[in-house]
Amino acid sequence: MSNEKQLDSGRRGLLVATAAAGSVVGLATAGALVSTFQPSERAKAAGAPVEVDISTLAPGEMRTVEWRGKPVWLLKRTPEMVASLKQTDGKVADADSKRNPDEFTPEYARNEWRSRKPELLVAVGICTHLGCSPSSKFTPGPQPSLPDDWAGGFLCPCHGSTFDLAGRVFKNKPAPDNLQVPRYMFLSDTKLVIGKDEKGEA
Amino acid sequence: MAAFKETKFPANAPAAEKALGWVDDRFPLTKLWNDQWGKYYAPKNFNFWYIFGSLAMLVLVLQIVTGIFLTMHYKPDATLAFGSVEYIMREVPWGWLVRYMHSTGASAFFIIVYLHMTRGLLYGSYRKPRELIWLFGFAIFLCLMAEAFFGYLLPWGQMSYWGAQVIVNLFGAIPFIGPDLSLWIRGDYVVSDATLNRFFAFHVIAIPLVLLGLVAAHLIALHEVGSSNPDGIEVKENLGADGHPVDSIPSHPYYTVHDLFGVSVFLVIFSAVVFFAPEMGGFFLEYNNFLPGDSLKTPLHIAPTWYFTAFYSVLRATTADFMWVLMFGVAAYVVFIWLKSRLSTTIKAIIAVIALLAIIGMLPSVLDAKFWGVVFFGGSVVILAFLPWLDHSKVKSVRYRPSWHKYVYALFFLSFLTLGYLGTLPPTETRTLVSQVCTLFYFSFFLLMPWWSAMGTFKPVPARVVFHAH
Repeated sequence: MSNEKQLDSGRRGLLVATAAAGSVVGLATAGALVSTFQPSERAKAAGAPVEVDISTLAPGEMRTVEWRGKPVWLLKRTPEMVASLKQTDGKVADADSKRNPDEFTPEYARNEWRSRKPELLVAVGICTHLGCSPSSKFTPGPQPSLPDDWAGGFLCPCHGSTFDLAGRVFKNKPAPDNLQVPRYMFLSDTKLVIGKDEKGEA
Repeated sequence: MAAFKETKFPANAPAAEKALGWVDDRFPLTKLWNDQWGKYYAPKNFNFWYIFGSLAMLVLVLQIVTGIFLTMHYKPDATLAFGSVEYIMREVPWGWLVRYMHSTGASAFFIIVYLHMTRGLLYGSYRKPRELIWLFGFAIFLCLMAEAFFGYLLPWGQMSYWGAQVIVNLFGAIPFIGPDLSLWIRGDYVVSDATLNRFFAFHVIAIPLVLLGLVAAHLIALHEVGSSNPDGIEVKENLGADGHPVDSIPSHPYYTVHDLFGVSVFLVIFSAVVFFAPEMGGFFLEYNNFLPGDSLKTPLHIAPTWYFTAFYSVLRATTADFMWVLMFGVAAYVVFIWLKSRLSTTIKAIIAVIALLAIIGMLPSVLDAKFWGVVFFGGSVVILAFLPWLDHSKVKSVRYRPSWHKYVYALFFLSFLTLGYLGTLPPTETRTLVSQVCTLFYFSFFLLMPWWSAMGTFKPVPARVVFHAH
């Protein structure tokens, strides 16, 4: 114990090098373990586009299809429903879908009705707040949890966000964005594909 | 270190005594028992509030044991999970009992822990020198919340599924990394089999390991500094001839029998719930969770289980309009600190800069109310950890605080309970307004504590604990 004050710089150097090498190995292992949390190849492959036949969809009727595990709504709006979008223009937070358009609204849906054809709404039925699926409230007029001048739309059961019939979120609600419109295109008058458009897959 | 020495026993000593001696020479068994319980001297004036530590320990053991038996029948697979829980309920002999003990145990655990924390708040148990006990306890509380959250997904019912969806998406509100972070947590684009599998791993092994370590740290720290008591007197400052505090008694046998009585009362109530009301009117087991998880349909009313609803209310209270109130609140608080606190100017400046950044961030065009909801939601839990440093009262126990402090506490508990109650209901405009008022009060209680806790006329603290033999 007499030489504890003397520092062997060679050994100190080796000590530092060993500790550094050890840390690199440790971090690399931790990195590999953390990476296992990412979506697997199988999960990624499951996100293929979906084809839907809408020939039997009646006006005022909504159908839900699954795309990437999420509900996608296809709502055939009646003329009254389309007209209601004029009334809600002033009450929604982002009437022209200007907020985060790349993420939520493809360029062909940046209009009042947020769709390619005014009568057909295609939207991901997942609230942009915390991911619940809003329920349909198509009947206009006063009813529980909704304002008295309700013109029809959607109500998220989780935190009370409301959306109009174009999936536009009303002002001062928890949800920050309008419902997402997925990339889609018509293959014929009665057939469309979700998750894919002229620009390629979403 | 002295050399190893085998303890010598007389030839006619009982075999058990010899065996214990043999072990004690090699492992400090008797010493551990005496330090941690047998000769652990605790103040003699404990009242019923001091039962909840032991009860929490009991429920922890109950949860681990019933949990082990549940894993023997449960299948962590999205297509099989719901069915395997029903299989446990209907076909495994006594499986329903094990599952109901586990599900009731979860709620019982939170009731006990909330009461245990209330005790700490009333009698200042977290005050110096017990800050670390409080911090370990706080970490245990976080682990419990994680356990409850991960465990709730496992039955794969509608509430399991959508509850997990909402909570995982909370992380998505964090700027820049949020969406990737929630993707990473789920391991898929939606809550799916991958999510269920990893939540199962967290629930049955990862978190319990951490939890057990923290419980050990909590107890070691407690037995190191010694228990506080309802009078908030440091009994170790008054030692008797035997070197033990004059106002303390050994835990064994005195608190052993005391606790066994408490355990009996608890088990009567617990069994009554397990056998007669395991769903507790939808509070312990939500009715929608008896429907299999459906990724395309959210239940009409979704709320977390009751033990999370107070914090969840804070999340819902943070609407875009309320941000203006919060911005004003933050600004007012900084002005208050500059005028009233004795912190150094540097620290005050740092606080002012952070507050300014926060206010800029709260502007509608900068960060969403959604993000701030998550911040306040997390903050409402984390702020508990700071109690030892926020409380500046001259005395520990509420008994010797100015009488009006009791009303402040009463108001705090009332606002916490109101938040909890509102969190179970669907939101309306009035309810949101009430929860916003309660949220403001909840945070003011803590943030203004350094001032209000030191104000008023304190009552004299007696030299000895108040104790009536019975």
